[in-house]
Parts: sequence; C-alpha cells; structure tokens
Amino acid sequence: MRPSRDVGIVGYGAYVPVYRIKGEEIARVWGRQAWPVEEKSVPGPDEDSLTMAVEAAKNALKRARIEPARIGAVYVGSESPPYAVKPSATVVAEALGITPELLAIDMEFACRAGTTALQDVIGLVGSGMIEYGLAIGTDTAQGRPGDELEFTAAAGAAAFIVGPGSESLALVEGSYSFVTDTPDFWRRAGEKYPRHAYRFTGKPAYFRHIVGAVKGLMTELGLKAEDFDYVVFHQPNVKFPLRVAKMLGFPREKVEPGLLSNVIGNTYAAASLLGLAAVLDIAKPGQRVLVASFGSGAGSDAISLVVTDAIEERRDLAPKVSDYIKRKVYIDYATYALYRGKISR
Amino acid sequence: MVKAPSVSRVWRERIVKYRLIGGLCKDCGKRFYPPRPACPACGSENVEQVKLPEEGRLLYFTVIRSPPRDFGPQPYIVGIVELKDGTRIITQIVDAAPESLKPGLELEAVFRKYREQGPDGIIEYGIKFRPKIG
Amino acid sequence: MRRVFIAGAGATPIGEHWERSLRDLMAEAALRAIQDSGLDKKSIEAVYIGNMSSGPLQGQEHLGALLATWIGIPGVAAAKVEAACASGGAAFHQAFLAVASGLYDRVLVVGVEKMTDAVTADVTSALIMADDQEYVAFTGASFVGLNALVYRAYMSEFGAKQEDIALFAVHDHKYAVNNELAQFRREITLDDVLKSPLVADPIRLLECAPIGDGAAALVLCSEEAVKSSRRNDTLVEVAASTVATDVLSLHDRETLTTLRATVKAAERAYRMAKIEPEDVDVLEVHDAFTILGVIHVEDLGFAKKGEGWRLLKEGELEIGGKIPTNTLGGLKARGHPVGATGVYQIYDVVKQLWGEAGANQVEGAEIGLAQNVGGVGGTVVVTILRRVR
Repeated sequence: MRPSRDVGIVGYGAYVPVYRIKGEEIARVWGRQAWPVEEKSVPGPDEDSLTMAVEAAKNALKRARIEPARIGAVYVGSESPPYAVKPSATVVAEALGITPELLAIDMEFACRAGTTALQDVIGLVGSGMIEYGLAIGTDTAQGRPGDELEFTAAAGAAAFIVGPGSESLALVEGSYSFVTDTPDFWRRAGEKYPRHAYRFTGKPAYFRHIVGAVKGLMTELGLKAEDFDYVVFHQPNVKFPLRVAKMLGFPREKVEPGLLSNVIGNTYAAASLLGLAAVLDIAKPGQRVLVASFGSGAGSDAISLVVTDAIEERRDLAPKVSDYIKRKVYIDYATYALYRGKISR
Repeated sequence: MVKAPSVSRVWRERIVKYRLIGGLCKDCGKRFYPPRPACPACGSENVEQVKLPEEGRLLYFTVIRSPPRDFGPQPYIVGIVELKDGTRIITQIVDAAPESLKPGLELEAVFRKYREQGPDGIIEYGIKFRPKIG
Repeated sequence: MRRVFIAGAGATPIGEHWERSLRDLMAEAALRAIQDSGLDKKSIEAVYIGNMSSGPLQGQEHLGALLATWIGIPGVAAAKVEAACASGGAAFHQAFLAVASGLYDRVLVVGVEKMTDAVTADVTSALIMADDQEYVAFTGASFVGLNALVYRAYMSEFGAKQEDIALFAVHDHKYAVNNELAQFRREITLDDVLKSPLVADPIRLLECAPIGDGAAALVLCSEEAVKSSRRNDTLVEVAASTVATDVLSLHDRETLTTLRATVKAAERAYRMAKIEPEDVDVLEVHDAFTILGVIHVEDLGFAKKGEGWRLLKEGELEIGGKIPTNTLGGLKARGHPVGATGVYQIYDVVKQLWGEAGANQVEGAEIGLAQNVGGVGGTVVVTILRRVR
C-alpha cells in the first residue's frame, strides 16, 4: 500500500518506565531454571498506558516542532487501556492541546495495534484529509502469575507524527498488511489476564504472518533483503525476532539495534515501534528501515521507511530510547505484584 | 462522607491540570498557579492565563507516610517546585527515592495518575515532576 | 465599642470519647460554662460554635441551632463559625464582636470537635480541607506534609536542628501532667520524640498534636451584664481580639518560615490592648507541630526570626522563664480537637488569670495572650485577656 502523496515521519518519541524486574527474580518465585529475557520494564503505580502515551507523544512533538493544534488525528493502539469504554486518545489530545478539532480513536489488535494506528494515520495524511496525524502504540501488558508470558509482559509507549514528506525525518515508502483469523493469544471481555496457545503462537502465528507481510511488502516495492540497512521485528522475546530475520535473509547485525526485548521485555503494542525509534536514534540519512509488527489474532504490518537528512538535527530534540533504557530501578516480585495490581489492599 | 466524588468537578479543572496553565499579572509580573481572578502578590485583576514551563528545580519536599483517603498505600513524595519562570507549585515528585533528592535538583513535568474515584469511577490525571532525563 | 468580659468558662476533658457524641460534648461544655457564670441560661442571647469538620466527619451542619435546641434555649441568635483549626478563635472573635457592638449583652461561644468516629485516613482527608482542595489536596499532600515543608525550610534557612525544635513536645507534656482536662498526662523525653515513627519527613509522630475529641465554652458579657455573674470579683476583660489571613497556600507565599497572619494579628492586638510583648505574663501558642511552636514565638514578638528554638532550649518558655508558654499542655499534650482548640487556649489563659491553674499557676498573672491558627497560617486569631481586678 502506498499513499497518494509523499508522507513520512515528522516526529517520533519513546517512553519506558523506570522500574525493572529481573527474569531471575520472577524465576525465583516460580521455581524456574531459565528465563527468556534478562529483565523487563514495570509501570509505576501512578502510570498506565495513557500516561505513557502522553509522554511518548510529547517527545514526538518536540522532534516534529509543530503546533499541536495542527494535528488532525490521534490514534492510540493498546490492549491495556485504563478504560474499557472511554478512549485514551481524547485524554492524550486534551493534554497536548490538540482538541477539539480532530479525529480520535483507540484501537486494539494485540501487539500490532501501534503499527496499524500508524498505517491509518499514513492513510489520512497521504490522502490529504489531514495535515498531520499522531499514532501511538502503548501498553502496560498483564502477565498471568506463574505463566511463561509473565517473564516478558512489559510496559512502554512509542509515538509517531506523520506529515508531509518534505518535513519528514523518514519517508514512508509503503506498507503491507497480512491478516488471518488465527487465535494464538486472546483475552475474553471481563477477564483480567490473557490466554495463549503455547507453541501454536510460533509457526502458524508469529512466523507465518511476519513472513507473509514482509514478503508481500518486498514484492510490492520491488525490494530485497539486502536493500534494508535495519530491520525491526515484533519482539515477544529474543529468539523469535532473530529466527524470523534468519528465515527472511537478514543478517543479525541489522536486527540487533532495534531489538530491545532482552532489557525491557515485550512492550506489546509499543514493541516494534520502540525498536523503530531506537533505530531512528542512530540511523544515517539515506538508510532504509523495515519494521514488521505481529499482533495475535493475527496479523502483521510491514512498513518500509527511508531516513532523510532532517534526522540529524531532530533526533536530539527529545530523550532517546537508550536514555530511557539506562534509567532503571530494580524492584522485587512483591513490589512488582503490588504495582501491577496482582495484590492490593 | 468526606468529599463527594464528582465527575464535573474533575472535568472543569482538566485543562489547567493537564497542560500546567498558570496566571500572569500584567501589572506586577507575578506568575502563579493555578490561574485566578486576582494576583496573589498585588491584588490586581489585570491577569491573564499563561502556559507554564515544564521544567524547574526542587525547593522543599517531604515523604507522606500517613496518606489521606484515595492516596497511598505506599509512601510518596510531595514537594514545592520552582518552575523556570519563577512560578512555584506544589506537586508529587516521582521516579526517585527520597534519599536521592536535594533542594536545587532539576526536574521536569510528567503526566501521571493522581487518584481514582474507586475501581469503577473515573481516573484523575495531572502533572507530577521527576528528575530530568537525558 | 463596648468593653467585653469573661463571665464563665467550662470544658470537657480531651480524649477519645467513645461514649460521647459531638452534640454531647458541646452541650456539656456549654452547660458547664453557663453554670460557672451563675447566669440564667435563658438570658443568653447568642451562641457561636467554632468547628471545622462536623460536615465531612459527622454529616452534621447547622450546629448553632442544634446546640441551642440541645441545651434548651432554642430561639437565640446562633451560627457555626469556620476557619479550619482557627474556628474556635474565630467563633470567639464573633462572640466578642457581638457584645462589643452593643447588640448583645450575654453571648456563649463553644468550640467543639469530634474526630475519633472516623478512621485516620478520613481524618487526614478532612484536615487537608484547610488548604486548596483542587490544587494542594489533589497532590496527596497531607496537613502534616505541609508543615513538614515549613520545617525543612526553617532548618535550612536558619541552621536550626530538629533535636532543638522537638523539645516543644517535651515541654507541653511536662505541663499537661497537672491538667485534669489534658489528653496526655505523662511526661515524654526528647529521645521518645526523635525515635517515634515518621509521619511526613522530618516530622515524627510525637511532634504532632494528637487526634481527639473535646469541647470548651466561654460566656462573654458586657460590663453591666457581668455584674450578675459569679466572675465579677476577679474580673477578666478581653483586651484585644484580632483576626488576620495570609495567602492560603504555601507555594503562593514569599516565605514559608514567617506566618504573616500572626505578625499582622499580633501587631493589631498589642495596639488594641495597648501593650508590648514584654507585658504578657502567660502565652498560649498553636503548636500543632513542634516547628510551629518555635515559629509562633518569633512571629508574636518574643524572639528574633530564626531564634525561637533558643528561647525553648534555654528554658525561657517555662514558668519562671521570660514568657511562660502552654502552661497547661498546649496542643501536643492538652490536646487539639481542631475546631475547639481556639476556645481551649483562651480557657487555659482565663484559668491562669483567675488563679485557678493549680500546680501550674503563674503567680500574679495579669495579662495573657492566646494565638489560634487555621491551616498553615491561612487565618490567625490573637486574643489578649487582662485581669482588671
């Protein structure tokens, strides 16, 4: 899919909370001998996916250097909004001074909600319906106590402002979405924790959809693996993105700069977007970046971007992903359980 | 019985609280938070609303260990911050242990939850401050 | 303006009164005061009630009409007066104005607070109503927390030490031992205070006035009307009654370490009574927290700014010292049922001037000053009493 005019990313922003819990600490409680990531991020008791979205969006605005009121749409992708009914997008828009003239909505598609929001906003800007659009992927993922996913369910947010190609720090070349009804991971309405289908989440889900989206994108744009300088995959752990990279012919060095799961866990709707932000923090003008998300249910969005000259003067206008990653305070399992509402007064 | 929860009261103050909007006295130059019809320094009614800076430094702080209803259960830090333009505000200081705080520390504004009107009521958001990143 | 005199005084002990309700307490104090005056109950023309939190904690308002009904004098002029923890003092000021104006000859003022029916978190929520609900209470600041900010500002500005300031609590407890109405009648040491749990850093539990219930009442009369009372022989006059306010919230003020409302109210009071601070024989300060005791002593003119703690440390606040202070236990040990305190303070001064302070009597006390504070100095009431014979 290509928009009808040149559009790109005019601003991007990240947010990761300060708290961390070590994989080893979670393993200690449940008597496990191994853990899939070293540590993951934990939201503080006064944070939720909405507050994180606001900070990521503010950082994006700092890099975009535009008046907030010029933003015509706010799309928030999350599976952990604070309200089941009442969108986070309205609060984000009010907090940033974007109200009242705008399109606003919250959307859900597990870990691809952020990239889907981004594609929608690309469409709105690309069609000329709005001048600028803000897309955010944000989650405070819920980890079922004692489940494998508790080791990786983490918290983070990434925001992207889309605008005219001439003002962009990265141009959108095109995108491709691959979607089927594949129930690898789900949460029924009213349930506190999700359920998943264990090994079924691999080949029929994560790998099939990412491979499908990436191959579809490369065919449509006439590109090969060698044409990309960086590739960012959805990162529910460390093994999956490295394996799918190998399957698609991408060397490890191109994946590692955008692979954050070992130090912050799986930030769900923010995951691939945070990886993209980390790449934009270091990429040089002219380099091409592929980002491919995966959301259970299932679907994958693959987007190709080319970095412009504007990146150098804009990337330092807000904290980098590495600034948030290196800022950390370790907590134990009891504090983690209290912060995540697994125990309460 | 203590203070009735209200949706409209929260809604009414949201712009001032979300965006850190203060008041500026056009006669004596004093800046204050929140905005109000008369300047607290000189009493003039020639005041206007102004967006306050989102950076400042810590002046004084304490650790609240016996919280009012709706706050806690763990202790939290409340302090007076002086913004870059001289406006003073009282706020929570987050993402920092009390031992790491010193008067003069550079802080920046963050958007956070202050409290909830029960598990099924609305959430009240506002600005807190944390040590500057980057 | 007419002269105003104290015709009677009565009070309940302060404590956790599980068996007495808000109305029980205020009725008891009112009837004791009226009985003490020897005047006919039905000759009282107006009643003012000082109270801060009957609404939030008891769901009860309209205390004026309630008390008038409960003690059998419905029909009198009545109203509740509220100024946070200065409600008692503000109600006294109202009663003073009522007689001084010439409109009423015999007026009753009652300060009452019932705090122990609520759990601590709810009392904490009620007390922070003394500051801005939307922009200060909203941050989760507690009233103790606000005073902790003042404490830290004071220590850093003047290099004062907590162990010197905390002595105020030790002082109060020593003097409450002989006060039958006091909530705590045992001594404590500085070590006890400094080892007690932190409530809002740096303030420790034993530096805070306690939560408690109580009511105190006074009957005020005109010069003519007091002649029929039992208190006409050893006669105490209200030499000054002043009230001042300050900018409500700490962060809006120019300084945290001077309560400008105290300075203003005190200046006016000294002028009204035609005295200087040195003329005061007995002093009641509103030490809801030890740091406030130190600051009040300075703002009232008894010590230079930043030196109040020296006066305390050097024993000048003791009976026999330069200015006997809180001689019946003050807020920390006598107790602090918030809206009632202002009246309890004046009651304690009156007892001294009448020579009825027992073992804690300040010999020949003639002039007494009581300072009552609402919020962190948002409102301050200063009352000066003089024994005229």
